[in-house]
Amino acid sequence: MAEMLKVEDLHVYYGSIHAVKGISFEVHEGEIVTLIGANGAGKSTTLNTVGGLLKARSGHILFEGKDLHGVPANKVVAEGMALCPEGRRVFQHMTVLENLEMGAYTRSSAEAEETLEKVYGLFPRLKERYRQVAGTLSGGEQQMLAMGRALMSRPKLLMLDEPSMGLAPILVQQIFDIIVDMNKQGTTILLVEQNAQMALSIANRAYILETGKINHSMEGDAADLLNSEEVKKAYLGG
Amino acid sequence: MLANLINGISLGSVYAIIALGYTMVYGIAKMLNFAHGDVIMVGGYIAFYSITLMGWPPALAVLAAIVVCTALGIVIERLAYKPLRSATSLAVLITAIGVSYFLQNAALLLWTSNTKVFPNIFEKLPGLRLGAMQIAPVTIITVLANIVIMVTLTLFTTKTKMGKAMRAVSEDKGAATLMGINVNRTISLTFAIGSGLAAIAGVLLCTAYPTLQPTTGSMPGIKAFTAAVFGGIGSIPGAMLGGILLGVIEIFGKAYVSTQLSDAIVFAVLIIVLLVKPTGLLGRKVNEKV
Ligand SMILES: Nc1ncnc2c1ncn2[C@@H]1O[C@H](COP(=O)(O)OP(=O)(O)O)[C@@H](O)[C@H]1O
Ligand SMILES: [Mg+2]
Repeated sequence: MAEMLKVEDLHVYYGSIHAVKGISFEVHEGEIVTLIGANGAGKSTTLNTVGGLLKARSGHILFEGKDLHGVPANKVVAEGMALCPEGRRVFQHMTVLENLEMGAYTRSSAEAEETLEKVYGLFPRLKERYRQVAGTLSGGEQQMLAMGRALMSRPKLLMLDEPSMGLAPILVQQIFDIIVDMNKQGTTILLVEQNAQMALSIANRAYILETGKINHSMEGDAADLLNSEEVKKAYLGG
Repeated sequence: MLANLINGISLGSVYAIIALGYTMVYGIAKMLNFAHGDVIMVGGYIAFYSITLMGWPPALAVLAAIVVCTALGIVIERLAYKPLRSATSLAVLITAIGVSYFLQNAALLLWTSNTKVFPNIFEKLPGLRLGAMQIAPVTIITVLANIVIMVTLTLFTTKTKMGKAMRAVSEDKGAATLMGINVNRTISLTFAIGSGLAAIAGVLLCTAYPTLQPTTGSMPGIKAFTAAVFGGIGSIPGAMLGGILLGVIEIFGKAYVSTQLSDAIVFAVLIIVLLVKPTGLLGRKVNEKV
Protein backbone atom coordinates (compact mmCIF):
# COMPACT_ATOMS: atom_id res chain seq x y z
CA MET A 1 0.00 0.00 0.00
CA ALA A 2 1.18 3.46 -0.85
CA GLU A 3 2.35 5.68 1.94
CA MET A 4 -0.01 8.59 2.40
CA LEU A 5 1.22 10.32 5.52
CA LYS A 6 4.67 10.00 7.01
CA VAL A 7 5.54 11.88 10.18
CA GLU A 8 9.20 11.95 11.09
CA ASP A 9 10.79 12.96 14.37
CA LEU A 10 8.13 15.53 15.21
CA HIS A 11 8.79 17.85 18.15
CA VAL A 12 6.09 20.23 19.37
CA TYR A 13 6.32 22.72 22.21
CA TYR A 14 3.84 24.95 24.04
CA GLY A 15 6.23 27.67 25.10
CA SER A 16 8.73 25.70 27.13
CA ILE A 17 6.51 22.64 27.54
CA HIS A 18 7.78 19.84 25.33
CA ALA A 19 4.49 18.11 24.51
CA VAL A 20 5.47 15.91 21.57
CA LYS A 21 8.97 14.50 21.81
CA GLY A 22 10.16 13.23 18.49
CA ILE A 23 7.47 10.95 17.25
CA SER A 24 7.37 9.13 13.92
CA PHE A 25 4.55 7.18 12.37
CA GLU A 26 2.94 6.56 9.04
CA VAL A 27 -0.44 6.00 7.49
CA HIS A 28 -0.90 4.05 4.28
CA GLU A 29 -3.58 4.66 1.71
CA GLY A 30 -6.85 2.94 2.60
CA GLU A 31 -5.95 2.22 6.22
CA ILE A 32 -7.51 3.05 9.52
CA VAL A 33 -4.65 3.88 11.83
CA THR A 34 -5.25 4.72 15.44
CA LEU A 35 -3.16 6.66 17.88
CA ILE A 36 -4.18 5.74 21.40
CA GLY A 37 -2.96 6.96 24.73
CA ALA A 38 -3.98 8.37 28.07
CA ASN A 39 -5.23 11.86 28.67
CA GLY A 40 -2.40 14.35 28.17
CA ALA A 41 -0.19 11.96 26.19
CA GLY A 42 0.01 14.39 23.28
CA LYS A 43 -2.53 12.89 20.87
CA SER A 44 -4.35 16.13 20.10
CA THR A 45 -1.09 18.03 19.88
CA THR A 46 0.12 15.56 17.27
CA LEU A 47 -3.06 15.74 15.23
CA ASN A 48 -3.29 19.51 15.44
CA THR A 49 0.29 19.80 14.27
CA VAL A 50 -0.25 17.49 11.32
CA GLY A 51 -3.40 19.48 10.49
CA GLY A 52 -1.48 22.76 10.58
CA LEU A 53 -3.14 24.35 13.62
CA LEU A 54 0.13 24.12 15.56
CA LYS A 55 3.63 24.55 14.25
CA ALA A 56 6.24 21.90 14.99
CA ARG A 57 9.60 23.00 16.38
CA SER A 58 11.23 20.41 14.14
CA GLY A 59 10.47 17.30 12.15
CA HIS A 60 8.76 16.43 8.92
CA ILE A 61 5.14 15.93 7.94
CA LEU A 62 5.11 14.34 4.53
CA PHE A 63 1.70 14.07 2.90
CA GLU A 64 1.83 12.26 -0.40
CA GLY A 65 5.50 13.10 -0.52
CA LYS A 66 5.01 16.82 0.08
CA ASP A 67 6.49 18.37 3.23
CA LEU A 68 3.72 20.21 5.07
CA HIS A 69 5.86 21.42 7.97
CA GLY A 70 4.75 24.99 8.71
CA VAL A 71 1.92 25.00 6.17
CA PRO A 72 -1.07 26.67 7.88
CA ALA A 73 -4.25 24.68 8.43
CA ASN A 74 -6.27 26.57 5.85
CA LYS A 75 -3.82 25.44 3.17
CA VAL A 76 -3.54 21.90 4.48
CA VAL A 77 -7.24 21.28 3.78
CA ALA A 78 -6.74 22.03 0.13
CA GLU A 79 -4.00 19.38 0.03
CA GLY A 80 -6.58 16.74 0.89
CA MET A 81 -6.30 16.35 4.62
CA ALA A 82 -9.14 17.21 6.98
CA LEU A 83 -9.14 17.35 10.76
CA CYS A 84 -12.23 16.80 12.82
CA PRO A 85 -11.07 18.42 16.06
CA GLU A 86 -11.50 17.35 19.66
CA GLY A 87 -14.72 18.64 21.18
CA ARG A 88 -16.42 18.77 17.75
CA ARG A 89 -16.28 22.52 17.43
CA VAL A 90 -19.22 22.86 15.11
CA PHE A 91 -20.34 26.42 14.44
CA GLN A 92 -23.01 26.60 17.12
CA HIS A 93 -24.98 29.52 15.74
CA MET A 94 -24.98 28.33 12.15
CA THR A 95 -27.38 25.79 10.69
CA VAL A 96 -26.44 22.21 9.90
CA LEU A 97 -26.40 23.02 6.21
CA GLU A 98 -24.25 26.12 6.73
CA ASN A 99 -21.78 24.08 8.77
CA LEU A 100 -21.54 21.57 5.95
CA GLU A 101 -21.12 24.36 3.42
CA MET A 102 -18.22 25.71 5.44
CA GLY A 103 -16.66 22.25 5.27
CA ALA A 104 -16.67 22.59 1.50
CA TYR A 105 -15.12 26.06 1.63
CA THR A 106 -12.18 25.05 -0.57
CA ARG A 107 -14.46 23.34 -3.08
CA SER A 108 -16.54 24.62 -5.98
CA SER A 109 -20.27 24.78 -5.40
CA ALA A 110 -20.86 21.94 -7.87
CA GLU A 111 -18.43 19.72 -5.96
CA ALA A 112 -20.02 20.78 -2.69
CA GLU A 113 -23.48 19.79 -3.85
CA GLU A 114 -22.27 16.42 -5.00
CA THR A 115 -20.43 15.73 -1.75
CA LEU A 116 -23.41 16.92 0.28
CA GLU A 117 -25.49 14.05 -1.09
CA LYS A 118 -22.79 11.57 -0.07
CA VAL A 119 -22.57 13.05 3.42
CA TYR A 120 -26.36 12.94 3.76
CA GLY A 121 -26.15 9.29 2.70
CA LEU A 122 -23.78 8.55 5.57
CA PHE A 123 -25.65 10.75 8.03
CA PRO A 124 -29.37 10.73 7.22
CA ARG A 125 -29.96 12.53 10.52
CA LEU A 126 -28.14 15.57 9.21
CA LYS A 127 -30.37 15.68 6.17
CA GLU A 128 -33.48 15.62 8.37
CA ARG A 129 -32.15 18.49 10.42
CA TYR A 130 -30.40 20.57 7.81
CA ARG A 131 -32.10 23.80 8.84
CA GLN A 132 -31.60 23.33 12.54
CA VAL A 133 -29.06 25.51 14.35
CA ALA A 134 -26.07 23.32 15.23
CA GLY A 135 -25.97 24.39 18.87
CA THR A 136 -29.37 22.80 19.46
CA LEU A 137 -28.28 19.34 18.22
CA SER A 138 -27.55 16.53 20.67
CA GLY A 139 -23.93 15.54 21.35
CA GLY A 140 -24.07 12.59 19.01
CA GLU A 141 -25.62 14.66 16.25
CA GLN A 142 -22.97 17.34 16.72
CA GLN A 143 -20.30 14.68 16.35
CA MET A 144 -21.94 13.50 13.14
CA LEU A 145 -22.06 17.07 11.93
CA ALA A 146 -18.38 17.59 12.73
CA MET A 147 -17.48 14.45 10.83
CA GLY A 148 -19.76 15.29 7.92
CA ARG A 149 -18.34 18.80 7.81
CA ALA A 150 -14.80 17.43 7.62
CA LEU A 151 -15.85 15.06 4.83
CA MET A 152 -17.24 17.97 2.82
CA SER A 153 -13.71 18.99 1.83
CA ARG A 154 -13.34 15.55 0.18
CA PRO A 155 -10.26 14.61 2.13
CA LYS A 156 -8.05 11.72 1.14
CA LEU A 157 -7.02 11.52 4.77
CA LEU A 158 -9.48 12.23 7.55
CA MET A 159 -8.14 12.79 11.04
CA LEU A 160 -10.56 12.29 13.90
CA ASP A 161 -9.75 13.49 17.40
CA GLU A 162 -11.71 11.52 20.02
CA PRO A 163 -15.00 11.18 18.16
CA SER A 164 -16.42 9.07 21.01
CA MET A 165 -15.80 11.68 23.68
CA GLY A 166 -18.79 12.21 25.96
CA LEU A 167 -21.14 9.95 24.01
CA ALA A 168 -23.37 7.16 25.31
CA PRO A 169 -22.11 3.65 24.40
CA ILE A 170 -24.80 3.07 21.81
CA LEU A 171 -23.85 6.29 20.05
CA VAL A 172 -20.17 5.39 20.25
CA GLN A 173 -20.93 2.17 18.41
CA GLN A 174 -22.87 4.10 15.79
CA ILE A 175 -20.06 6.62 15.27
CA PHE A 176 -17.49 3.84 14.91
CA ASP A 177 -19.69 2.04 12.39
CA ILE A 178 -19.79 5.22 10.35
CA ILE A 179 -16.01 5.55 10.55
CA VAL A 180 -15.72 2.08 9.07
CA ASP A 181 -18.22 3.03 6.35
CA MET A 182 -16.28 6.18 5.49
CA ASN A 183 -13.13 4.10 5.24
CA LYS A 184 -14.84 1.58 2.96
CA GLN A 185 -15.91 4.44 0.73
CA GLY A 186 -12.27 5.28 0.19
CA THR A 187 -11.23 7.71 2.92
CA THR A 188 -8.05 6.90 4.77
CA ILE A 189 -8.46 7.45 8.51
CA LEU A 190 -6.16 8.54 11.30
CA LEU A 191 -8.08 8.09 14.52
CA VAL A 192 -7.09 9.41 17.93
CA GLU A 193 -8.88 7.81 20.84
CA GLN A 194 -8.87 7.26 24.56
CA ASN A 195 -11.37 4.48 24.01
CA ALA A 196 -8.63 2.01 23.07
CA GLN A 197 -10.93 -1.00 22.94
CA MET A 198 -13.17 0.49 20.28
CA ALA A 199 -10.35 2.08 18.32
CA LEU A 200 -8.30 -1.12 18.17
CA SER A 201 -11.32 -3.13 17.11
CA ILE A 202 -11.80 -1.15 13.91
CA ALA A 203 -8.20 -0.14 13.10
CA ASN A 204 -5.70 -1.87 10.84
CA ARG A 205 -2.70 -0.61 12.75
CA ALA A 206 -2.13 1.26 15.97
CA TYR A 207 0.46 3.35 17.77
CA ILE A 208 0.54 3.97 21.47
CA LEU A 209 1.50 7.40 22.69
CA GLU A 210 2.93 7.80 26.19
CA THR A 211 3.84 11.29 27.45
CA GLY A 212 4.85 12.63 24.08
CA LYS A 213 6.57 9.53 22.76
CA ILE A 214 5.46 6.52 20.81
CA ASN A 215 5.97 3.23 22.62
CA HIS A 216 7.63 1.22 19.87
CA SER A 217 7.43 -2.02 21.82
CA MET A 218 3.68 -1.88 21.39
CA GLU A 219 2.91 -0.90 17.83
CA GLY A 220 1.68 -2.53 14.69
CA ASP A 221 -1.26 -4.73 13.88
CA ALA A 222 -4.32 -3.54 15.80
CA ALA A 223 -5.77 -7.00 16.29
CA ASP A 224 -2.51 -8.21 17.84
CA LEU A 225 -2.45 -5.26 20.20
CA LEU A 226 -6.01 -5.92 21.22
CA ASN A 227 -4.89 -9.35 22.42
CA SER A 228 -1.54 -8.33 23.87
CA GLU A 229 -1.31 -8.73 27.64
CA GLU A 230 0.75 -5.58 27.99
CA VAL A 231 -1.81 -3.44 26.14
CA LYS A 232 -4.68 -5.06 27.99
CA LYS A 233 -3.12 -4.17 31.28
CA ALA A 234 -2.32 -0.57 30.43
CA TYR A 235 -5.16 0.50 28.16
CA LEU A 236 -8.02 -1.93 28.21
CA GLY A 237 -8.60 -2.01 31.94
CA GLY A 238 -7.34 -5.47 32.61
CA MET B 1 -43.72 64.94 18.72
CA LEU B 2 -43.65 63.38 15.25
CA ALA B 3 -40.87 65.72 14.22
CA ASN B 4 -38.85 64.62 17.21
CA LEU B 5 -39.48 61.00 16.42
CA ILE B 6 -38.29 61.49 12.86
CA ASN B 7 -35.21 63.38 14.00
CA GLY B 8 -34.51 60.66 16.50
CA ILE B 9 -34.79 57.93 13.91
CA SER B 10 -32.53 59.88 11.59
CA LEU B 11 -29.85 60.45 14.22
CA GLY B 12 -30.31 56.87 15.36
CA SER B 13 -29.76 55.66 11.80
CA VAL B 14 -26.35 57.31 11.80
CA TYR B 15 -25.56 55.66 15.15
CA ALA B 16 -26.75 52.36 13.72
CA ILE B 17 -24.42 52.57 10.72
CA ILE B 18 -21.49 53.37 13.02
CA ALA B 19 -22.56 50.69 15.50
CA LEU B 20 -22.44 48.11 12.72
CA GLY B 21 -18.73 48.74 12.38
CA TYR B 22 -18.20 48.25 16.12
CA THR B 23 -20.33 45.18 16.27
CA MET B 24 -18.88 43.43 13.22
CA VAL B 25 -15.31 44.04 14.32
CA TYR B 26 -16.14 42.96 17.86
CA GLY B 27 -17.88 39.85 16.58
CA ILE B 28 -14.91 38.74 14.59
CA ALA B 29 -11.84 40.12 16.33
CA LYS B 30 -13.34 40.18 19.85
CA MET B 31 -12.00 43.69 20.33
CA LEU B 32 -13.42 47.15 20.75
CA ASN B 33 -12.00 49.27 18.01
CA PHE B 34 -12.08 52.62 19.77
CA ALA B 35 -10.55 54.27 16.73
CA HIS B 36 -13.72 53.54 14.79
CA GLY B 37 -15.24 56.93 15.66
CA ASP B 38 -12.18 58.70 14.32
CA VAL B 39 -12.46 56.93 11.01
CA ILE B 40 -15.83 58.70 10.72
CA MET B 41 -14.08 62.00 11.16
CA VAL B 42 -11.51 61.12 8.47
CA GLY B 43 -14.39 60.22 6.15
CA GLY B 44 -15.95 63.60 6.85
CA TYR B 45 -12.73 65.48 6.00
CA ILE B 46 -12.10 63.49 2.83
CA ALA B 47 -15.61 64.24 1.60
CA PHE B 48 -15.26 67.89 2.68
CA TYR B 49 -12.04 68.48 0.73
CA SER B 50 -13.25 66.45 -2.24
CA ILE B 51 -16.13 68.88 -2.55
CA THR B 52 -14.59 72.19 -1.52
CA LEU B 53 -11.05 71.78 -2.80
CA MET B 54 -11.41 69.40 -5.73
CA GLY B 55 -14.87 70.56 -6.71
CA TRP B 56 -16.06 66.97 -7.06
CA PRO B 57 -19.76 66.16 -7.13
CA PRO B 58 -21.13 64.78 -3.81
CA ALA B 59 -21.47 61.22 -5.09
CA LEU B 60 -17.81 61.12 -6.04
CA ALA B 61 -16.86 62.73 -2.73
CA VAL B 62 -18.72 60.02 -0.83
CA LEU B 63 -17.00 57.39 -2.92
CA ALA B 64 -13.59 58.95 -2.18
CA ALA B 65 -14.38 58.94 1.54
CA ILE B 66 -15.39 55.27 1.38
CA VAL B 67 -12.23 54.30 -0.49
CA VAL B 68 -9.91 56.18 1.87
CA CYS B 69 -11.63 54.93 5.03
CA THR B 70 -11.73 51.34 3.81
CA ALA B 71 -8.01 51.48 3.12
CA LEU B 72 -7.43 53.19 6.47
CA GLY B 73 -9.36 50.46 8.27
CA ILE B 74 -7.28 47.75 6.62
CA VAL B 75 -4.02 49.56 7.42
CA ILE B 76 -5.00 50.15 11.07
CA GLU B 77 -5.83 46.48 11.52
CA ARG B 78 -2.67 45.35 9.78
CA LEU B 79 -0.26 47.66 11.61
CA ALA B 80 -1.83 48.11 15.03
CA TYR B 81 -4.05 45.13 15.80
CA LYS B 82 -2.76 42.17 13.84
CA PRO B 83 0.54 41.99 15.75
CA LEU B 84 -1.56 41.78 18.93
CA ARG B 85 -3.74 38.88 17.79
CA SER B 86 -2.66 36.77 20.74
CA ALA B 87 -2.11 39.59 23.24
CA THR B 88 -4.34 40.28 26.24
CA SER B 89 -7.52 42.21 25.56
CA LEU B 90 -6.26 45.03 27.76
CA ALA B 91 -3.22 45.53 25.52
CA VAL B 92 -5.48 45.62 22.48
CA LEU B 93 -7.82 48.10 24.15
CA ILE B 94 -4.99 50.45 25.03
CA THR B 95 -3.66 50.19 21.49
CA ALA B 96 -7.10 51.04 20.11
CA ILE B 97 -7.25 54.15 22.31
CA GLY B 98 -3.76 55.02 21.08
CA VAL B 99 -4.83 54.68 17.46
CA SER B 100 -7.80 56.92 18.21
CA TYR B 101 -5.54 59.67 19.58
CA PHE B 102 -3.14 59.17 16.71
CA LEU B 103 -5.89 59.76 14.16
CA GLN B 104 -7.19 62.82 15.99
CA ASN B 105 -3.74 64.34 16.21
CA ALA B 106 -2.91 63.50 12.62
CA ALA B 107 -6.12 65.30 11.65
CA LEU B 108 -5.10 68.25 13.81
CA LEU B 109 -1.79 68.47 12.01
CA LEU B 110 -3.19 67.98 8.54
CA TRP B 111 -6.40 69.95 8.80
CA THR B 112 -5.92 72.19 11.89
CA SER B 113 -8.43 72.64 14.69
CA ASN B 114 -10.45 75.23 12.78
CA THR B 115 -14.03 74.14 12.50
CA LYS B 116 -15.02 73.43 8.91
CA VAL B 117 -18.57 74.01 7.80
CA PHE B 118 -19.69 70.98 5.88
CA PRO B 119 -21.65 71.79 2.71
CA ASN B 120 -25.24 70.61 2.43
CA ILE B 121 -24.70 68.01 -0.25
CA PHE B 122 -28.35 67.06 -0.57
CA GLU B 123 -29.43 70.68 -1.09
CA LYS B 124 -30.80 70.07 -4.57
CA LEU B 125 -32.85 67.06 -3.57
CA PRO B 126 -36.51 67.54 -2.73
CA GLY B 127 -37.62 67.04 0.85
CA LEU B 128 -40.83 65.40 1.91
CA ARG B 129 -43.86 67.30 3.11
CA LEU B 130 -45.86 65.54 5.79
CA GLY B 131 -48.85 67.75 6.60
CA ALA B 132 -47.37 70.90 8.03
CA MET B 133 -44.00 69.29 8.55
CA GLN B 134 -41.07 69.38 6.19
CA ILE B 135 -38.66 66.42 6.28
CA ALA B 136 -35.17 67.32 5.11
CA PRO B 137 -33.58 65.30 2.32
CA VAL B 138 -30.67 64.34 4.56
CA THR B 139 -33.09 62.74 7.00
CA ILE B 140 -34.72 60.68 4.29
CA ILE B 141 -31.40 59.63 2.79
CA THR B 142 -29.96 58.70 6.17
CA VAL B 143 -32.87 56.43 7.00
CA LEU B 144 -32.86 54.91 3.52
CA ALA B 145 -29.11 54.36 3.63
CA ASN B 146 -29.47 52.61 6.96
CA ILE B 147 -32.15 50.27 5.60
CA VAL B 148 -30.17 49.48 2.45
CA ILE B 149 -27.00 48.79 4.46
CA MET B 150 -28.84 46.60 6.91
CA VAL B 151 -30.52 44.52 4.21
CA THR B 152 -27.28 44.20 2.22
CA LEU B 153 -25.26 43.11 5.24
CA THR B 154 -27.88 40.61 6.31
CA LEU B 155 -27.96 39.09 2.83
CA PHE B 156 -24.17 39.12 2.70
CA THR B 157 -23.73 37.26 5.97
CA THR B 158 -26.50 34.72 5.36
CA LYS B 159 -26.34 34.09 1.63
CA THR B 160 -22.78 34.47 0.42
CA LYS B 161 -19.89 32.11 0.99
CA MET B 162 -17.66 34.95 2.17
CA GLY B 163 -20.30 36.25 4.55
CA LYS B 164 -20.87 32.83 6.06
CA ALA B 165 -17.13 32.39 6.42
CA MET B 166 -17.14 35.66 8.35
CA ARG B 167 -19.70 34.25 10.78
CA ALA B 168 -17.70 31.05 11.07
CA VAL B 169 -14.56 33.02 11.95
CA SER B 170 -16.45 35.04 14.54
CA GLU B 171 -17.56 31.81 16.22
CA ASP B 172 -14.38 29.77 16.20
CA LYS B 173 -11.21 30.84 14.45
CA GLY B 174 -9.50 27.47 14.81
CA ALA B 175 -12.41 25.54 13.38
CA ALA B 176 -12.77 28.12 10.60
CA THR B 177 -9.11 27.67 9.68
CA LEU B 178 -9.67 23.93 9.49
CA MET B 179 -12.37 24.59 6.89
CA GLY B 180 -9.77 26.29 4.71
CA ILE B 181 -10.87 29.82 5.55
CA ASN B 182 -8.11 32.42 5.67
CA VAL B 183 -8.83 34.00 9.05
CA ASN B 184 -6.50 36.97 8.64
CA ARG B 185 -8.04 37.93 5.35
CA THR B 186 -11.52 37.58 6.79
CA ILE B 187 -10.66 39.88 9.70
CA SER B 188 -9.17 42.35 7.25
CA LEU B 189 -12.35 42.27 5.19
CA THR B 190 -14.42 42.95 8.30
CA PHE B 191 -12.36 46.02 9.14
CA ALA B 192 -12.68 47.15 5.53
CA ILE B 193 -16.47 46.87 5.58
CA GLY B 194 -16.79 48.52 9.01
CA SER B 195 -14.57 51.42 7.96
CA GLY B 196 -16.34 51.87 4.64
CA LEU B 197 -19.58 52.16 6.58
CA ALA B 198 -17.93 54.65 8.91
CA ALA B 199 -17.19 56.83 5.89
CA ILE B 200 -20.85 56.81 4.89
CA ALA B 201 -21.84 57.59 8.47
CA GLY B 202 -19.30 60.42 8.50
CA VAL B 203 -20.77 62.10 5.46
CA LEU B 204 -24.35 61.69 6.72
CA LEU B 205 -23.44 62.98 10.16
CA CYS B 206 -21.57 66.01 8.80
CA THR B 207 -24.43 66.83 6.47
CA ALA B 208 -26.99 66.69 9.27
CA TYR B 209 -24.76 68.50 11.81
CA PRO B 210 -22.51 70.51 9.52
CA THR B 211 -19.47 71.17 11.69
CA LEU B 212 -16.26 69.27 11.25
CA GLN B 213 -13.32 69.13 13.67
CA PRO B 214 -10.67 66.53 14.48
CA THR B 215 -12.77 65.46 17.48
CA THR B 216 -16.02 65.22 15.50
CA GLY B 217 -16.00 61.42 15.54
CA SER B 218 -15.47 60.92 19.28
CA MET B 219 -18.90 61.49 20.72
CA PRO B 220 -20.87 59.77 17.94
CA GLY B 221 -18.33 56.96 18.20
CA ILE B 222 -18.98 56.49 21.90
CA LYS B 223 -22.74 56.76 21.41
CA ALA B 224 -22.66 54.21 18.61
CA PHE B 225 -20.56 51.92 20.75
CA THR B 226 -23.21 52.30 23.43
CA ALA B 227 -25.85 51.51 20.82
CA ALA B 228 -23.98 48.37 19.83
CA VAL B 229 -23.84 47.20 23.45
CA PHE B 230 -27.45 48.26 23.96
CA GLY B 231 -28.61 46.15 21.03
CA GLY B 232 -26.29 43.28 21.88
CA ILE B 233 -22.69 43.51 20.74
CA GLY B 234 -21.92 41.17 17.86
CA SER B 235 -25.48 41.27 16.55
CA ILE B 236 -26.20 43.07 13.28
CA PRO B 237 -29.95 43.63 13.89
CA GLY B 238 -28.98 44.56 17.46
CA ALA B 239 -26.81 47.40 16.15
CA MET B 240 -29.73 48.65 14.09
CA LEU B 241 -32.21 48.49 16.94
CA GLY B 242 -29.76 49.88 19.49
CA GLY B 243 -28.78 52.74 17.22
CA ILE B 244 -32.31 53.84 16.46
CA LEU B 245 -33.50 53.55 20.05
CA LEU B 246 -30.51 55.52 21.21
CA GLY B 247 -31.15 58.26 18.69
CA VAL B 248 -34.83 58.48 19.63
CA ILE B 249 -34.10 58.51 23.37
CA GLU B 250 -31.48 61.19 22.90
CA ILE B 251 -33.72 63.49 20.87
CA PHE B 252 -36.69 62.98 23.20
CA GLY B 253 -34.46 63.57 26.19
CA LYS B 254 -33.30 66.83 24.64
CA ALA B 255 -36.83 67.89 23.73
CA TYR B 256 -38.72 66.98 26.87
CA VAL B 257 -36.23 66.77 29.70
CA SER B 258 -33.09 68.76 29.29
CA THR B 259 -30.47 69.32 26.63
CA GLN B 260 -27.69 68.96 29.17
CA LEU B 261 -29.09 65.78 30.62
CA SER B 262 -29.90 63.97 27.36
CA ASP B 263 -26.61 62.09 27.27
CA ALA B 264 -27.00 61.08 30.90
CA ILE B 265 -30.46 59.74 30.10
CA VAL B 266 -29.04 57.73 27.21
CA PHE B 267 -26.47 56.09 29.46
CA ALA B 268 -28.97 55.55 32.26
CA VAL B 269 -31.18 53.63 29.85
CA LEU B 270 -28.18 51.58 28.78
CA ILE B 271 -27.35 50.69 32.37
CA ILE B 272 -30.92 49.64 33.08
CA VAL B 273 -31.04 47.46 29.96
CA LEU B 274 -27.74 45.81 30.83
CA LEU B 275 -28.90 45.16 34.38
CA VAL B 276 -31.99 43.40 33.10
CA LYS B 277 -30.38 41.72 30.10
CA PRO B 278 -26.57 41.71 30.30
CA THR B 279 -26.17 40.59 26.68
CA GLY B 280 -28.10 43.59 25.35
CA LEU B 281 -31.48 43.57 23.65
CA LEU B 282 -30.75 41.09 20.86
CA GLY B 283 -27.45 39.73 22.11
CA ARG B 284 -26.97 36.07 22.67
CA LYS B 285 -25.03 34.31 25.32
CA VAL B 286 -21.50 33.54 24.31
CA ASN B 287 -20.70 29.99 25.23
CA GLU B 288 -17.10 29.93 26.29
CA LYS B 289 -15.10 27.33 24.45
CA VAL B 290 -12.73 25.18 26.47
N1 LIG C 1 -2.50 25.06 24.89
C1 LIG C 1 -1.64 24.40 25.69
N2 LIG C 1 -0.72 25.07 26.42
C2 LIG C 1 0.15 24.41 27.21
N3 LIG C 1 0.21 23.08 27.34
C3 LIG C 1 -0.68 22.36 26.64
C4 LIG C 1 -1.65 22.97 25.78
N4 LIG C 1 -2.38 22.00 25.22
C5 LIG C 1 -1.91 20.84 25.69
N5 LIG C 1 -0.88 21.06 26.56
C6 LIG C 1 -0.12 20.02 27.24
O1 LIG C 1 0.48 19.17 26.29
C7 LIG C 1 0.36 17.83 26.68
C8 LIG C 1 -0.36 17.03 25.62
O2 LIG C 1 -1.70 17.47 25.53
P1 LIG C 1 -2.72 16.92 24.45
O3 LIG C 1 -2.05 16.84 23.14
O4 LIG C 1 -3.95 17.72 24.54
O5 LIG C 1 -2.99 15.45 25.01
P2 LIG C 1 -4.12 14.40 24.64
O6 LIG C 1 -4.84 14.87 23.44
O7 LIG C 1 -3.38 13.14 24.39
O8 LIG C 1 -5.01 14.30 25.83
C9 LIG C 1 -0.34 17.82 28.03
O9 LIG C 1 0.63 17.74 29.03
C10 LIG C 1 -1.03 19.15 28.07
O10 LIG C 1 -1.13 19.61 29.40
MG1 LIG D 1 -6.84 15.30 23.22
